[in-house]
Amino acid sequence: MVMLENTPSAVLVVAIGVLVAVGVHLLLERSLTRVLLGFILIGNGVNLTLLVAGGRAGSAPIVGAAPDGQPMSDPLAQAMVLTSIVITLALTGFVLAMAYRSFQLVGHDEVADDVEDRRIARLAAANAPAFTDLDAEESGQTLDDEAAEVHDDVEADGGPGGASEGGAR
Amino acid sequence: MTWSIATLVPLPVLLPLFAAGLTLALHRHPRMQRVISTTALAATTLASAALLVAADGGPVVVDVGGWAAPVGIPLVADRLSALMLTVSGGVMLCVLLYSIGQGVAGEADVDAQGRPAEVVPVAIYHPTYLVLAAGVSNAFLSGDLFNLYVGFEILLAASFVLLTLGGTGERIRAGSVYVVVSLLSSLLFLSAVALVYAATGTVNIAQVAQRLPDVDETVSLGLQLLLLLAFGIKAAIFPLSAWLPDSYPTAPAPVTAVFAGLLTKVGVYSIIRTQTVLFGDQPAVDRVLLVLALATMLVGILGAVAQDDVKRLLSFTLVSHIGFMIFGVAMASEAGTAAAIFYVVHHITVQTTLFLVVGLVERRGGSTSLERLGGLARVAPGLAILFFVPAMSLVGIPPLSGFLGKVGLLAEGARTGTPLTWVLVVGSVLTSLLTLYAVVKAWNKAFWQTPPEEVVQRSHAATHLPRGMVGPTAALVAAGLALTVVAGPLYGYAERAAAASMDGRSYVQAVFPDGAERGTGHSDEVTERGEDS
Repeated sequence: MVMLENTPSAVLVVAIGVLVAVGVHLLLERSLTRVLLGFILIGNGVNLTLLVAGGRAGSAPIVGAAPDGQPMSDPLAQAMVLTSIVITLALTGFVLAMAYRSFQLVGHDEVADDVEDRRIARLAAANAPAFTDLDAEESGQTLDDEAAEVHDDVEADGGPGGASEGGAR
Repeated sequence: MTWSIATLVPLPVLLPLFAAGLTLALHRHPRMQRVISTTALAATTLASAALLVAADGGPVVVDVGGWAAPVGIPLVADRLSALMLTVSGGVMLCVLLYSIGQGVAGEADVDAQGRPAEVVPVAIYHPTYLVLAAGVSNAFLSGDLFNLYVGFEILLAASFVLLTLGGTGERIRAGSVYVVVSLLSSLLFLSAVALVYAATGTVNIAQVAQRLPDVDETVSLGLQLLLLLAFGIKAAIFPLSAWLPDSYPTAPAPVTAVFAGLLTKVGVYSIIRTQTVLFGDQPAVDRVLLVLALATMLVGILGAVAQDDVKRLLSFTLVSHIGFMIFGVAMASEAGTAAAIFYVVHHITVQTTLFLVVGLVERRGGSTSLERLGGLARVAPGLAILFFVPAMSLVGIPPLSGFLGKVGLLAEGARTGTPLTWVLVVGSVLTSLLTLYAVVKAWNKAFWQTPPEEVVQRSHAATHLPRGMVGPTAALVAAGLALTVVAGPLYGYAERAAAASMDGRSYVQAVFPDGAERGTGHSDEVTERGEDS
């Protein structure tokens, strides 16, 4: 059996790098369509990696078809790439459908914050006036700060004292 | 071909896939669909149970398509695989029966906000569910890294559909996060497979195990970490777990139950398999895993304590208890791995049961929010028992199965006795106590507190729980209790599975019985013809 040369071609390696880098950039976007494009690009990069892992190209991998002394391509890597292309295609179809459904429902296909994030953000917003209130006088008050101060005053008047304020939150 | 026990090995993959095709073709006949999918999963469970017995004598290996190992893809049912298959088969069958019970009676119901309650769209539900079952089985049986990837993709694609069933706004939102994270983990796994192939020239797990010792140590470490990263996302280990509590609770109750029970455990199984058979003892990696296990336990359970929705609370406990399994794996000893395997079995059963019970609570009380529930212990005492038993098992109250698993882990942690494992032991106990707090909080609010007006009204309306939903749940609760009864033999089995896995040689020996001779890469027939021409 003739061994294939295993040194990867620089062009392929650079191509893998570019595909994955661009893909990662797109994957970090909010819009599902861009995320999908990122997924496809990284997927292609990974497929190229598989191809490179199979060594250099040779003649068709059919036993008996290769001329004497000519190395054959590695068919296993190609079989794996083929499988993963099919899988990528199927998942692409699903994500497209999901992006379209999201567009139908809310008019855009952006991935929303999760429930926990939104709850924490709401809590932070509810707590914010109590904190900004203290040093607001020096830095010039905004409308929000004033509103918060009024809100706090009303709270203090209504409650029996400062201690209950902490308890109420 | 004569019949042998090996004939059974492909069945857990083939039967559900075949049934999925049938149920898709028969989408206009819901009754036929129900019969077919129930039969298929019952047969799968029986075949798995037979394999469980057979695998105790040594791994059962099948070369798919009759091609010998390194060229063809082997399916390997060793003790670990067979145990996982049997448990997952039984659990999936119960959940299927539950969802059938729910689908039949679910049409006229209205949930807390006055919207029509969940009706599982039966037509695509059965085929997708069966495909999920096939994917899970394939992942457990695969003796080949690339086939493991394919198994993951099958179950992921099915889980995408199940999670976004009906395409409501909330499910699409939760689904987007889940889908994107899953796609990323698949890409990482695939690139790990590509790099393993580049480093060793094979993706057959047994052959990779043979060749890895010759690979440069740094490269091998890189491969190990990349695989751990990919599986860590799927298993929801701490820094990679944020997607889980957000995406699971929005799905229909049976779907959440089966996801919680099985999908993360497929990740844990893959970690056990690759850590033991492929990479063996790597103290540095084990230390990292120990720290991550501790973080997973604590962060998960603190999240659970803060929740006021039962489904979200349980999702966080799910993340937290993944930490226990990783703790077992990371000790890299036979007893540790055995405890982890036993804990996986316990956790699949108990976590699935709890989510099913929450489905019942939602139907009875009209909500899963602890603020809106109350007084269920008086209104539905049976339901209270169904919740209480698995909840206490999750916490680890003796003599339930959770206690046995935890004792195994703690004993091994104490026996190993490094400062880090002692920290983990303390962390485990603390996590168990916090689990107790979280679960008891849920119990007090949902079952004991004075019922709000809404619950009282609903109980006047006499909403009886359908027998089709209560039956499978009760069966799973009973199965959880039975784990205690059969704990001796089961723990012994887990110990033997762990010993075989840690050794790794029996696995390799089963796939290549005559050393490397079996797989020269040619089937005889083709080679001869090739030489003639």
